[in-house]
Amino acid sequence: MSDAPTMQTAAPGEPLAVTLAEPRDFFNLMKPRVMSLVIFTAMTGMIVAPGHLHPVLAFIGLLAIAVGAGASGVLNMAYEGDIDALMRRTATRPVPSGRVSAVEAQSFGLVLAVFSVMVLGLAVNWLAAALLAFTIFFYAVVYTMWLKRFTAQNIVIGGAAGALPPIIGWAAVTGDVGLYPVLLFLIIFLWTPPHFWALALFVKEDYGRAGVPMLPNVVGDAATRRQIFAYSLVLAPLGVTPFLFGYATPFYGGAAIVLGGLFVWRAVGVLREREADRHHAARALFGYSIVYLFAIFSVLLLDAAVGPSLAHWVASR
Amino acid sequence: MREIALEDRVRLTEEQQKSRRRRSIAIAVVLAALVMIFYVITLVRLGPGVTEMPL
Repeated sequence: MSDAPTMQTAAPGEPLAVTLAEPRDFFNLMKPRVMSLVIFTAMTGMIVAPGHLHPVLAFIGLLAIAVGAGASGVLNMAYEGDIDALMRRTATRPVPSGRVSAVEAQSFGLVLAVFSVMVLGLAVNWLAAALLAFTIFFYAVVYTMWLKRFTAQNIVIGGAAGALPPIIGWAAVTGDVGLYPVLLFLIIFLWTPPHFWALALFVKEDYGRAGVPMLPNVVGDAATRRQIFAYSLVLAPLGVTPFLFGYATPFYGGAAIVLGGLFVWRAVGVLREREADRHHAARALFGYSIVYLFAIFSVLLLDAAVGPSLAHWVASR
Repeated sequence: MREIALEDRVRLTEEQQKSRRRRSIAIAVVLAALVMIFYVITLVRLGPGVTEMPL
Protein backbone atom coordinates (compact mmCIF):
# COMPACT_ATOMS: atom_id res chain seq x y z
CA MET A 1 0.00 0.00 0.00
CA SER A 2 1.31 3.44 -0.89
CA ASP A 3 2.31 5.62 2.02
CA ALA A 4 1.31 8.77 0.15
CA PRO A 5 -1.46 10.82 1.77
CA THR A 6 -4.74 9.13 0.77
CA MET A 7 -7.27 11.55 2.14
CA GLN A 8 -7.25 13.68 -1.01
CA THR A 9 -6.68 12.65 -4.60
CA ALA A 10 -5.19 15.79 -6.17
CA ALA A 11 -1.49 15.95 -6.99
CA PRO A 12 0.76 17.45 -4.28
CA GLY A 13 0.60 21.20 -4.21
CA GLU A 14 -2.44 21.34 -6.52
CA PRO A 15 -5.76 22.89 -5.43
CA LEU A 16 -7.99 20.12 -4.13
CA ALA A 17 -11.60 19.25 -4.85
CA VAL A 18 -12.57 20.34 -1.35
CA THR A 19 -16.20 21.30 -0.95
CA LEU A 20 -17.10 24.95 -1.34
CA ALA A 21 -20.46 24.39 0.30
CA GLU A 22 -21.74 27.30 2.33
CA PRO A 23 -24.01 27.01 5.38
CA ARG A 24 -26.73 28.38 3.07
CA ASP A 25 -26.42 25.25 0.89
CA PHE A 26 -27.05 22.99 3.87
CA PHE A 27 -30.00 25.15 4.88
CA ASN A 28 -31.42 24.93 1.34
CA LEU A 29 -31.16 21.13 1.53
CA MET A 30 -33.81 21.34 4.26
CA LYS A 31 -36.42 22.65 1.77
CA PRO A 32 -37.19 25.85 3.70
CA ARG A 33 -40.48 26.51 1.88
CA VAL A 34 -41.81 23.07 2.77
CA MET A 35 -40.57 23.65 6.33
CA SER A 36 -42.57 26.88 6.57
CA LEU A 37 -45.75 24.98 5.66
CA VAL A 38 -44.91 22.26 8.19
CA ILE A 39 -44.28 24.85 10.94
CA PHE A 40 -47.58 26.53 10.14
CA THR A 41 -49.71 23.37 10.10
CA ALA A 42 -48.00 21.89 13.17
CA MET A 43 -48.49 25.17 15.03
CA THR A 44 -52.18 25.08 14.11
CA GLY A 45 -52.40 21.55 15.52
CA MET A 46 -50.77 22.79 18.74
CA ILE A 47 -52.98 25.85 19.11
CA VAL A 48 -56.35 24.19 18.44
CA ALA A 49 -55.51 21.29 20.78
CA PRO A 50 -57.13 21.34 24.21
CA GLY A 51 -54.69 21.57 27.09
CA HIS A 52 -51.64 23.59 27.90
CA LEU A 53 -48.01 23.36 26.87
CA HIS A 54 -45.39 25.71 28.30
CA PRO A 55 -44.73 28.35 25.58
CA VAL A 56 -40.97 27.73 25.66
CA LEU A 57 -41.45 23.97 25.25
CA ALA A 58 -44.01 24.63 22.50
CA PHE A 59 -41.45 26.78 20.68
CA ILE A 60 -38.72 24.15 21.06
CA GLY A 61 -41.19 21.46 19.97
CA LEU A 62 -42.12 23.45 16.88
CA LEU A 63 -38.44 23.97 16.11
CA ALA A 64 -37.83 20.21 16.44
CA ILE A 65 -40.77 19.44 14.12
CA ALA A 66 -39.41 21.95 11.59
CA VAL A 67 -35.92 20.44 11.75
CA GLY A 68 -37.42 16.93 11.44
CA ALA A 69 -39.23 18.07 8.29
CA GLY A 70 -35.94 19.56 7.14
CA ALA A 71 -34.23 16.21 7.75
CA SER A 72 -36.79 14.54 5.46
CA GLY A 73 -36.01 17.10 2.77
CA VAL A 74 -32.25 16.60 3.14
CA LEU A 75 -32.52 12.79 2.95
CA ASN A 76 -34.83 13.16 -0.06
CA MET A 77 -32.32 15.40 -1.86
CA ALA A 78 -29.41 13.11 -0.92
CA TYR A 79 -31.18 10.21 -2.66
CA GLU A 80 -32.56 12.12 -5.64
CA GLY A 81 -29.45 13.92 -6.89
CA ASP A 82 -29.55 11.92 -10.15
CA ILE A 83 -33.10 12.85 -11.10
CA ASP A 84 -32.87 16.39 -9.69
CA ALA A 85 -30.00 17.01 -12.12
CA LEU A 86 -32.31 16.21 -15.04
CA MET A 87 -35.09 18.64 -14.12
CA ARG A 88 -34.90 22.42 -14.66
CA ARG A 89 -36.83 23.08 -11.44
CA THR A 90 -34.34 21.14 -9.29
CA ALA A 91 -31.04 21.21 -11.22
CA THR A 92 -29.61 24.06 -9.12
CA ARG A 93 -30.18 22.25 -5.80
CA PRO A 94 -27.00 21.73 -3.73
CA VAL A 95 -26.52 18.03 -4.60
CA PRO A 96 -27.06 18.04 -8.40
CA SER A 97 -25.05 21.26 -8.71
CA GLY A 98 -22.14 19.54 -6.91
CA ARG A 99 -21.86 21.97 -3.98
CA VAL A 100 -22.76 19.22 -1.49
CA SER A 101 -22.08 15.53 -2.08
CA ALA A 102 -24.83 12.93 -1.65
CA VAL A 103 -22.88 11.35 1.23
CA GLU A 104 -22.54 14.69 3.03
CA ALA A 105 -26.24 15.35 2.55
CA GLN A 106 -27.13 11.87 3.83
CA SER A 107 -25.00 12.29 6.96
CA PHE A 108 -26.41 15.77 7.56
CA GLY A 109 -29.98 14.46 7.16
CA LEU A 110 -29.45 11.55 9.54
CA VAL A 111 -27.94 13.81 12.21
CA LEU A 112 -30.85 16.25 11.90
CA ALA A 113 -33.36 13.38 12.07
CA VAL A 114 -31.85 11.90 15.24
CA PHE A 115 -31.52 15.24 17.02
CA SER A 116 -34.97 16.53 16.05
CA VAL A 117 -36.70 13.37 17.30
CA MET A 118 -34.63 13.33 20.50
CA VAL A 119 -35.26 17.02 21.27
CA LEU A 120 -39.01 16.66 20.61
CA GLY A 121 -39.17 13.63 22.91
CA LEU A 122 -37.23 15.32 25.70
CA ALA A 123 -38.98 18.70 25.41
CA VAL A 124 -42.54 17.57 24.82
CA ASN A 125 -43.46 13.87 24.80
CA TRP A 126 -42.42 10.63 23.13
CA LEU A 127 -45.68 10.08 21.19
CA ALA A 128 -45.05 13.31 19.27
CA ALA A 129 -41.40 12.24 18.81
CA ALA A 130 -42.44 8.80 17.52
CA LEU A 131 -44.86 10.43 15.06
CA LEU A 132 -42.08 12.74 13.86
CA ALA A 133 -39.73 9.76 13.42
CA PHE A 134 -42.45 7.96 11.45
CA THR A 135 -42.98 11.05 9.27
CA ILE A 136 -39.26 11.27 8.45
CA PHE A 137 -39.14 7.52 7.68
CA PHE A 138 -42.27 7.71 5.55
CA TYR A 139 -40.99 10.63 3.47
CA ALA A 140 -37.36 9.56 3.14
CA VAL A 141 -37.87 5.81 2.69
CA VAL A 142 -41.49 4.99 1.72
CA TYR A 143 -42.02 8.00 -0.57
CA THR A 144 -38.53 8.82 -1.83
CA MET A 145 -37.07 5.33 -2.16
CA TRP A 146 -40.09 3.08 -2.72
CA LEU A 147 -42.87 5.11 -4.32
CA LYS A 148 -41.59 8.08 -6.28
CA ARG A 149 -39.84 6.22 -9.10
CA PHE A 150 -42.22 3.27 -9.29
CA THR A 151 -45.86 4.36 -9.19
CA ALA A 152 -48.05 7.17 -10.47
CA GLN A 153 -49.74 7.13 -7.06
CA ASN A 154 -46.43 8.28 -5.49
CA ILE A 155 -47.64 11.61 -4.18
CA VAL A 156 -51.05 10.24 -3.18
CA ILE A 157 -49.54 7.80 -0.67
CA GLY A 158 -46.44 9.91 0.02
CA GLY A 159 -48.68 12.86 0.84
CA ALA A 160 -49.31 11.25 4.22
CA ALA A 161 -45.89 12.44 5.37
CA GLY A 162 -46.69 16.07 4.62
CA ALA A 163 -50.11 15.72 6.24
CA LEU A 164 -48.87 14.48 9.62
CA PRO A 165 -47.55 17.75 11.19
CA PRO A 166 -50.96 18.89 12.58
CA ILE A 167 -51.26 15.49 14.30
CA ILE A 168 -47.73 15.86 15.71
CA GLY A 169 -48.57 19.38 16.94
CA TRP A 170 -51.78 18.11 18.57
CA ALA A 171 -49.99 15.13 20.14
CA ALA A 172 -47.32 17.49 21.51
CA VAL A 173 -49.98 19.25 23.59
CA THR A 174 -52.41 16.45 24.46
CA GLY A 175 -50.23 13.34 24.42
CA ASP A 176 -52.79 11.57 22.23
CA VAL A 177 -54.44 11.72 18.80
CA GLY A 178 -58.08 12.75 18.38
CA LEU A 179 -60.58 13.10 15.54
CA TYR A 180 -59.92 16.82 14.99
CA PRO A 181 -56.21 16.45 14.04
CA VAL A 182 -57.18 13.48 11.85
CA LEU A 183 -59.55 15.80 9.95
CA LEU A 184 -56.68 18.28 9.52
CA PHE A 185 -54.50 15.39 8.33
CA LEU A 186 -57.16 14.40 5.76
CA ILE A 187 -57.45 17.97 4.47
CA ILE A 188 -53.70 18.12 3.69
CA PHE A 189 -53.69 14.50 2.48
CA LEU A 190 -56.43 15.15 -0.09
CA TRP A 191 -55.02 18.57 -0.98
CA THR A 192 -51.64 17.09 -1.95
CA PRO A 193 -52.61 15.22 -5.18
CA PRO A 194 -54.39 18.12 -6.96
CA HIS A 195 -51.60 20.46 -5.81
CA PHE A 196 -48.79 18.31 -7.22
CA TRP A 197 -50.68 17.11 -10.30
CA ALA A 198 -51.37 20.74 -11.26
CA LEU A 199 -47.61 21.27 -11.10
CA ALA A 200 -46.94 17.99 -12.92
CA LEU A 201 -49.13 19.13 -15.82
CA PHE A 202 -46.86 22.05 -16.67
CA VAL A 203 -43.51 20.41 -15.85
CA LYS A 204 -44.41 17.08 -17.47
CA GLU A 205 -41.39 17.16 -19.79
CA ASP A 206 -39.08 17.56 -16.79
CA TYR A 207 -40.57 14.57 -15.01
CA GLY A 208 -40.51 12.59 -18.27
CA ARG A 209 -36.81 13.35 -18.79
CA ALA A 210 -36.06 12.20 -15.25
CA GLY A 211 -38.21 9.07 -15.64
CA VAL A 212 -40.47 9.92 -12.70
CA PRO A 213 -43.90 8.36 -13.30
CA MET A 214 -46.05 11.36 -12.40
CA LEU A 215 -49.71 10.96 -13.30
CA PRO A 216 -49.69 13.10 -16.51
CA ASN A 217 -46.70 11.10 -17.81
CA VAL A 218 -48.45 7.80 -17.12
CA VAL A 219 -52.15 8.34 -17.91
CA GLY A 220 -52.00 11.60 -19.89
CA ASP A 221 -53.19 15.14 -19.31
CA ALA A 222 -56.93 14.55 -19.77
CA ALA A 223 -57.12 11.77 -17.17
CA THR A 224 -54.96 13.85 -14.77
CA ARG A 225 -57.34 16.80 -15.14
CA ARG A 226 -60.29 14.53 -14.29
CA GLN A 227 -58.43 13.23 -11.22
CA ILE A 228 -57.65 16.79 -10.09
CA PHE A 229 -61.32 17.70 -10.43
CA ALA A 230 -62.43 14.55 -8.56
CA TYR A 231 -60.04 15.26 -5.68
CA SER A 232 -61.18 18.89 -5.49
CA LEU A 233 -64.80 17.68 -5.18
CA VAL A 234 -63.80 15.64 -2.12
CA LEU A 235 -61.43 18.27 -0.69
CA ALA A 236 -63.91 21.18 -0.72
CA PRO A 237 -66.51 19.57 1.61
CA LEU A 238 -63.77 17.97 3.69
CA GLY A 239 -62.42 21.44 4.39
CA VAL A 240 -65.73 22.29 6.08
CA THR A 241 -65.71 19.26 8.42
CA PRO A 242 -63.98 21.01 11.36
CA PHE A 243 -67.10 23.19 11.51
CA LEU A 244 -69.53 20.31 10.83
CA PHE A 245 -68.03 18.28 13.68
CA GLY A 246 -68.29 21.26 16.02
CA TYR A 247 -64.58 22.00 16.34
CA ALA A 248 -64.81 25.39 14.62
CA THR A 249 -67.37 28.20 14.50
CA PRO A 250 -69.62 29.16 11.54
CA PHE A 251 -67.04 31.88 10.82
CA TYR A 252 -64.59 29.14 9.81
CA GLY A 253 -67.35 27.11 8.12
CA GLY A 254 -68.27 30.03 5.85
CA ALA A 255 -64.65 30.73 4.97
CA ALA A 256 -64.02 27.03 4.21
CA ILE A 257 -67.06 26.90 1.90
CA VAL A 258 -65.82 29.95 -0.06
CA LEU A 259 -62.21 28.72 -0.21
CA GLY A 260 -63.31 25.20 -1.22
CA GLY A 261 -65.70 26.61 -3.83
CA LEU A 262 -62.85 28.61 -5.37
CA PHE A 263 -60.71 25.45 -5.39
CA VAL A 264 -63.40 23.53 -7.32
CA TRP A 265 -63.85 26.50 -9.67
CA ARG A 266 -60.12 26.51 -10.43
CA ALA A 267 -60.21 22.72 -10.90
CA VAL A 268 -63.09 23.13 -13.39
CA GLY A 269 -60.83 25.56 -15.26
CA VAL A 270 -58.15 22.84 -15.39
CA LEU A 271 -60.74 20.26 -16.50
CA ARG A 272 -61.81 22.47 -19.42
CA GLU A 273 -58.28 23.40 -20.41
CA ARG A 274 -56.94 22.31 -23.80
CA GLU A 275 -53.37 21.72 -24.94
CA ALA A 276 -53.23 25.10 -26.69
CA ASP A 277 -53.87 26.91 -23.40
CA ARG A 278 -50.27 26.25 -22.26
CA HIS A 279 -51.48 25.13 -18.84
CA HIS A 280 -52.61 28.56 -17.66
CA ALA A 281 -55.40 27.01 -15.58
CA ALA A 282 -53.05 24.40 -14.10
CA ARG A 283 -50.60 27.13 -13.08
CA ALA A 284 -53.45 29.13 -11.59
CA LEU A 285 -54.69 26.10 -9.62
CA PHE A 286 -51.17 25.32 -8.40
CA GLY A 287 -50.76 28.88 -7.10
CA TYR A 288 -54.24 28.93 -5.59
CA SER A 289 -53.75 25.54 -3.90
CA ILE A 290 -50.93 27.05 -1.82
CA VAL A 291 -53.13 30.02 -0.94
CA TYR A 292 -55.97 27.62 -0.06
CA LEU A 293 -53.99 25.61 2.45
CA PHE A 294 -52.47 28.67 4.12
CA ALA A 295 -55.89 30.33 4.21
CA ILE A 296 -57.69 27.28 5.67
CA PHE A 297 -55.14 26.93 8.47
CA SER A 298 -54.98 30.72 9.04
CA VAL A 299 -58.74 30.89 9.44
CA LEU A 300 -58.61 27.88 11.79
CA LEU A 301 -56.02 29.71 13.90
CA LEU A 302 -58.03 32.93 13.87
CA ASP A 303 -61.17 30.97 14.69
CA ALA A 304 -59.50 29.27 17.65
CA ALA A 305 -58.36 32.68 18.93
CA VAL A 306 -61.47 34.82 18.42
CA GLY A 307 -64.17 32.51 17.01
CA PRO A 308 -65.88 31.49 20.28
CA SER A 309 -66.06 35.08 21.59
CA LEU A 310 -67.29 36.26 18.19
CA ALA A 311 -70.02 33.60 18.15
CA HIS A 312 -70.98 34.54 21.72
CA TRP A 313 -71.15 38.22 20.76
CA VAL A 314 -73.35 37.45 17.72
CA ALA A 315 -75.66 35.26 19.84
CA SER A 316 -76.08 37.99 22.47
CA ARG A 317 -77.17 40.63 19.92
CA MET B 1 4.12 7.18 10.66
CA ARG B 2 5.82 8.99 7.82
CA GLU B 3 6.12 12.73 8.19
CA ILE B 4 4.37 14.44 5.25
CA ALA B 5 6.54 17.08 3.65
CA LEU B 6 5.18 20.62 3.76
CA GLU B 7 4.79 20.83 -0.02
CA ASP B 8 2.83 17.53 -0.05
CA ARG B 9 0.24 18.69 2.44
CA VAL B 10 -3.29 19.63 1.54
CA ARG B 11 -3.35 23.23 0.42
CA LEU B 12 -6.71 24.96 0.30
CA THR B 13 -7.42 27.91 -1.92
CA GLU B 14 -8.51 31.14 -0.26
CA GLU B 15 -12.09 30.48 -1.35
CA GLN B 16 -12.02 26.97 0.15
CA GLN B 17 -10.63 28.34 3.40
CA LYS B 18 -13.36 30.99 3.57
CA SER B 19 -16.18 28.51 2.95
CA ARG B 20 -14.68 26.09 5.51
CA ARG B 21 -14.50 28.92 8.06
CA ARG B 22 -18.15 29.82 7.44
CA ARG B 23 -19.18 26.16 7.83
CA SER B 24 -17.20 25.93 11.08
CA ILE B 25 -18.90 29.05 12.44
CA ALA B 26 -22.31 27.65 11.49
CA ILE B 27 -21.54 24.37 13.30
CA ALA B 28 -20.40 26.32 16.38
CA VAL B 29 -23.61 28.37 16.38
CA VAL B 30 -25.77 25.24 16.04
CA LEU B 31 -23.89 23.47 18.85
CA ALA B 32 -24.26 26.53 21.12
CA ALA B 33 -27.98 26.64 20.30
CA LEU B 34 -28.31 22.93 21.16
CA VAL B 35 -26.62 23.50 24.52
CA MET B 36 -29.05 26.35 25.23
CA ILE B 37 -32.03 24.23 24.15
CA PHE B 38 -31.08 21.36 26.49
CA TYR B 39 -30.43 23.85 29.30
CA VAL B 40 -33.80 25.54 28.82
CA ILE B 41 -35.65 22.20 28.52
CA THR B 42 -34.10 21.11 31.82
CA LEU B 43 -35.05 24.35 33.58
CA VAL B 44 -38.61 24.42 32.28
CA ARG B 45 -39.36 20.72 32.84
CA LEU B 46 -37.90 20.59 36.32
CA GLY B 47 -39.13 24.09 37.22
CA PRO B 48 -38.11 25.63 40.54
CA GLY B 49 -37.34 22.11 41.81
CA VAL B 50 -34.17 22.09 39.73
CA THR B 51 -32.22 23.41 42.73
CA GLU B 52 -33.97 21.08 45.18
CA MET B 53 -33.14 17.76 43.55
CA PRO B 54 -31.56 15.24 45.92
CA LEU B 55 -27.93 14.66 45.05
